[in-house]
Amino acid sequence: MKLTVPELSLIVLIGSSGSGKSTFAKKHFRPTEVISSDFCRGLVSDDENEQTVTETAFDVLHYIVSKRLKLGKLTVVDATNVQESARKPLIEIARDNNCFPVAVVFNLSERICQDRNKNRTDRQVGEHVIRKHTQQLKKSIKGLQREGFRYVYVLNSPEEVEEVVFERQPLWNNKKDEHGPFDIIGDVHGCYDELKMLLEKLDYSIEEVEGGDGSGKYRVTHPEGRKVLFLGDLVDRGPKITEVLKLVMSMVKSGIALCVPGNHDVKLLKKLNGRDVQITHGLDRTLEQLEGESPEFIEEVKVFIDGLVSHYVLDDGKLVVAHAGMKEEFQGRGSGRVREFALYGETTGETDEYGLPVRYDWASDYRGRAMVVYGHTPQAEALKVNNTINIDTGCVFGGKLTAYRYPEREFVDVKALKTYYEPAKPFLPEQDKAESFETRGDNDILDINDVLGKRFIGTRLMSNITIHEENSIAALEVMSRFAADPHWLIYLPPTMSPSETSKKEGMLEHPAEAFEYFRIRGVDKVVCEQKHMGSRAVVIVCKDSQVAEKRFGVLDGTSGICYTRTGRHFFDDMELEAALIDRVRRALDKSGFWSDFNTDWVCLDCELMPWSAKAQKLLKEQYSAVGISGRIALDEAVKLLKQTSLNKAVVFDVNKETSGKNADINELLQRFTERAEMIYKYVDAYRKYCWPVSSIDDLKLAPFHILATEGKVHSDKNHIWHMDSIAKYCAQDDSLIIATEHILVDVTDEESVAKGIKWWEDLTASGGEGMVVKPYDFVVKNGKELLQPAVKCRGREYLRIIYGPEYTMDENIQRLRNRAVGKKRSLALREFSLGMEALERFVRNEPLYRVHECVFGVLALESEPVDPRL
Amino acid sequence: MILSITYTQPPATDLGYLLHKNPSRPQTFTLNHGKAHIFYPEATEERCTVALLLDIDPIDLARGKKGSSGDGGLFDYVNDRPYVASSFLSVAISRVFGTAMSGKSKEKPELAEMELPLQAKIMMLPCKGGEEIIYRLFEPLGYKVSVEGYMLDEKFPEWGKSKYYTVSLEGKVRLRDLLNHIYVLIPVLDSEKHYWVGEDEIDKLLSHGDRWLINHPEKELITGRYLIRKKRLVNEAFKRLLEASDVADDEDEENEPSQNDQTERKLNLNQQRLGTVVAVLKSVNAKRVIDIGCGEGNLLSLLMKDKTFEQITGVDVSYSVLERAKDKLKIDRLPEMQRKRINLFQGSLVYRDKRFSGYDAATVIEVIEHLDENRLKAFEKVLFKFARPQTVIVSTPNKEYNLHYQNLFEGDLRHRDHRFEWTRKEFETWAVKVAESYGYNVRFLQIGEVDDEFGSPTQMGVFTL
Repeated sequence: MKLTVPELSLIVLIGSSGSGKSTFAKKHFRPTEVISSDFCRGLVSDDENEQTVTETAFDVLHYIVSKRLKLGKLTVVDATNVQESARKPLIEIARDNNCFPVAVVFNLSERICQDRNKNRTDRQVGEHVIRKHTQQLKKSIKGLQREGFRYVYVLNSPEEVEEVVFERQPLWNNKKDEHGPFDIIGDVHGCYDELKMLLEKLDYSIEEVEGGDGSGKYRVTHPEGRKVLFLGDLVDRGPKITEVLKLVMSMVKSGIALCVPGNHDVKLLKKLNGRDVQITHGLDRTLEQLEGESPEFIEEVKVFIDGLVSHYVLDDGKLVVAHAGMKEEFQGRGSGRVREFALYGETTGETDEYGLPVRYDWASDYRGRAMVVYGHTPQAEALKVNNTINIDTGCVFGGKLTAYRYPEREFVDVKALKTYYEPAKPFLPEQDKAESFETRGDNDILDINDVLGKRFIGTRLMSNITIHEENSIAALEVMSRFAADPHWLIYLPPTMSPSETSKKEGMLEHPAEAFEYFRIRGVDKVVCEQKHMGSRAVVIVCKDSQVAEKRFGVLDGTSGICYTRTGRHFFDDMELEAALIDRVRRALDKSGFWSDFNTDWVCLDCELMPWSAKAQKLLKEQYSAVGISGRIALDEAVKLLKQTSLNKAVVFDVNKETSGKNADINELLQRFTERAEMIYKYVDAYRKYCWPVSSIDDLKLAPFHILATEGKVHSDKNHIWHMDSIAKYCAQDDSLIIATEHILVDVTDEESVAKGIKWWEDLTASGGEGMVVKPYDFVVKNGKELLQPAVKCRGREYLRIIYGPEYTMDENIQRLRNRAVGKKRSLALREFSLGMEALERFVRNEPLYRVHECVFGVLALESEPVDPRL
Repeated sequence: MILSITYTQPPATDLGYLLHKNPSRPQTFTLNHGKAHIFYPEATEERCTVALLLDIDPIDLARGKKGSSGDGGLFDYVNDRPYVASSFLSVAISRVFGTAMSGKSKEKPELAEMELPLQAKIMMLPCKGGEEIIYRLFEPLGYKVSVEGYMLDEKFPEWGKSKYYTVSLEGKVRLRDLLNHIYVLIPVLDSEKHYWVGEDEIDKLLSHGDRWLINHPEKELITGRYLIRKKRLVNEAFKRLLEASDVADDEDEENEPSQNDQTERKLNLNQQRLGTVVAVLKSVNAKRVIDIGCGEGNLLSLLMKDKTFEQITGVDVSYSVLERAKDKLKIDRLPEMQRKRINLFQGSLVYRDKRFSGYDAATVIEVIEHLDENRLKAFEKVLFKFARPQTVIVSTPNKEYNLHYQNLFEGDLRHRDHRFEWTRKEFETWAVKVAESYGYNVRFLQIGEVDDEFGSPTQMGVFTL
């Protein structure tokens, strides 16, 4: 006996104790698919037979069942289930999860159960129990369908039980095996002429079959075997509804098209079935046009609409089509609720000023991985929100008929020949541009769940990166209070690790270790770039503010941004920022950047000088404060010690008992003289990076990566390409923008290495910050291990700013040399991967939240963890 | 970094007896975070100078005792502590000159009890609040005070003056008093301490301040700063200080609010504002209220006291602020029924949040001005479109009224973190547009003293569905 069950269903076994349910379940299902009440009793009480914990055990059973169904797993409940009150919660759970409950009834005679019970070795129940079970079961059978079971299978003998074979049937909506390519077409509403034009534009050929009518009237073919997916609402309002029906029905019948139902189609079906519906919203036109048609055709239409499946899941689950959309939890499920959603979307229950239901914006909530293409609500332009696209462009209202080509992700449309029907409310937006973005909905609203809590972010370079709650807590405040408009933040730069501590006496960093890091990891060439001592700046420049609006969704009229490594505007003065962006734009205009890169925006990774421009507060409160207090105090100390050393009365009487240790004044003098020299060197070091900024001409911008342009992240280019392109396109004739000194070093060649070291020594001898050593290619792996994208190697004098003025004193540097770079390196890699991922998602036009989660991740990794104690 | 003391009454070398330090022998003392060197740059019959030179280990400060490569220190590598006169110097003074400070002298006990012509020079004393405080603190103690200040960097005069001073004191004073004055007043001027300030700091203050502190006109300032403004300690210290004397003084202790707080506190505007919020909430019959940007929970605590409000939720973007709110509201100690009424969680005004839904009213009190203007759009959607409570109360400063704040310059905002402040017109324009876009009605309230021309200090919009 073949029992057909939907691939996702809740199978409820119903039978007396001793009827063989567990054996049956074991035979037909995977052990994890079967949840038995005995198992749950055991879970909560350590004893599978413990009857006093029944209620708790069933709580657990229900919980497990609902979690499994939520995840889309077929589940079998192995319990007696002979009472309606036991079955009721199970039916509810199935309904809540939009899947079908199936009853399999073991309608065996009491005698068989009693016998089996007696022969059981594991445990036995009392005779009266089985008697009662059997009675209750008999009473139940009739009502099962009414209780809500979609399928009821009754097995009347051990033989029948023995013969059972289950057939798991894919749901009607499961078309995961169909991979397209597809042309998805939105609400047609009887616009036959436009539909024909659109199909022809898409290279379909449409022939009329001689003598054919109804679903046999047309023969449609495509040279490349493409398929059309119709999103429903074929009927009402338009001029040639019957022709549309005939064309679509012909296409569906021949298999060149699939069609999902729209609310108008369903309403028509109700009317044709004689139900009382209101003749509104253009239904009158359908009825009018159907009048002359044969009863056979009308019947065919009824069968056609009745057979339409609410939505389809296609291409391995990557594409979902439905008339009014489909939220993630409903995809691939079958229930009345799912069908309602497919037809009408979700409504808030309110009506707007035009008396139409206010639609709940499910798409702005949508975080699913499958792309959902739908129609239903007319828009002036196809509307992308998160991973959803509404392609109803209101053809019948005088808009256009739009097709979405999948997987090409292109739009093809045909303008309406005329306005056939006046919409209840204007769907074409006002002319105001800023407003038009507004009406495009809430695709740019970020949800707290996109960033808070423990998160795993999948990246191409490093697979999953974990962001801990302790870090996101801190980052949320920074991002909310200080960061620039998140639309601009498509990248944050990673931290950079120094080279390992130098083996050379008295040094902390030296190029040898940086070169070695790469050489022993299989890299032959590295690019050494001068490290500018300024502040990291990410600069995004758009051709104009329209590009900023269209591509970035930035609505405040700006056309670019310069932000820091924590996502804040670099300048408080917005005019200065605008001027800087403008200067970069002019340089790009002049050098032909836009056309050579085929883009209208660019994201540059830069250093902005002077340091004092951004670090003013730090310089005043910390660096110069230390400088002045150190200079004055140490000078005075030297003066006093000198004076003391000239004092003839000073003696060194070691024998006398004393509380302190005798001190050698000359040693002290030497020590403090040395310290005083160091503080002066330190002041020299920080001064080098300070100059007053009174206008933009006092700034210097040194770009070093062309990170991304339209459609491309340039991480596939090597660093020499980046250096050369920047020199060529950016740093030609504006003194504001400077190219970066660099050399290529072959780390396997002693001579080249020596040159590299010499180059660094020259840079740092004059007090320069040092250099950044990068592997020749932007992204390098050694086997599976991702390598540092850059390692910094800083000069001896410069490091006074980092490790303190007197770090070079023997006693200090000895201790400082004991430093570990491992933690910083791991952090750098994770941040680098996230930064690149953010850019890649952005150029792929992924929704804002997908880009934002990566950028937020970088900020979180950089944040001091906060203990979540609330 | 350096304290030097000069004695000029022959035989001046008696200073050595008083300090228990032989003028002819330089010594080094080991301290917790480095060393102190004692030596005499001059030691003649007429004039004797002792120098206490601090030699602090900067790596130790930055890395902590472990000296490992990890963190663990409390200070940056680049930090002023090794070079200045701070609590490190006070600790060194008590360690090295402890006996002298207690007024004991084996060889010259009578000299120790005498007022002597002494000079002291403190090198690089950080002073919070400007050099004028130095005079206010030392002059009442009978010193002739001279002060030398320094530019932060003479190469960059635009950076202005540093907070460091060399302070010279001259007077006829007992040595022990001089040492005690300096010991107490260095950290008072610096307003910082490098170690944990607990109960025992009160004892230190009272013993080193014995006899002079009670009569000092700046005793509130001294006590407050010495105990780094820990209210409980300050109150306790004051109580004990006054008990020890007969002077009854019920002045409030000074707590030096920042300039901006001060402008608001005078008006007691905050209470008026919160009172109005409660009144409005009652007028719209709100039972379930969410306070977005609740800060430390001032409004929440008011709502908790009123049975009308059944469910009270506080949201803030700053986790640390929420933790303080939790402490202030004593949430952990509330009885079960009360505990159920209140809930706190971290959230942001610019991220949509399902947890914001389901309230009768949302209050956004003095919050929007902390958002960049270009992020208000996101805030509007989050609150008015998605959370969509029946009532929304938004308050923000009225910029026009700033003219009444004397210590605000024209164009200045009331708080450093305010991204904007609006005139009444600007606020109303925004509010009306928001109301129209999202189907709310809005009315306006003025809070605080109303000026005929410039309106009130706070403006409030009440949005209702």
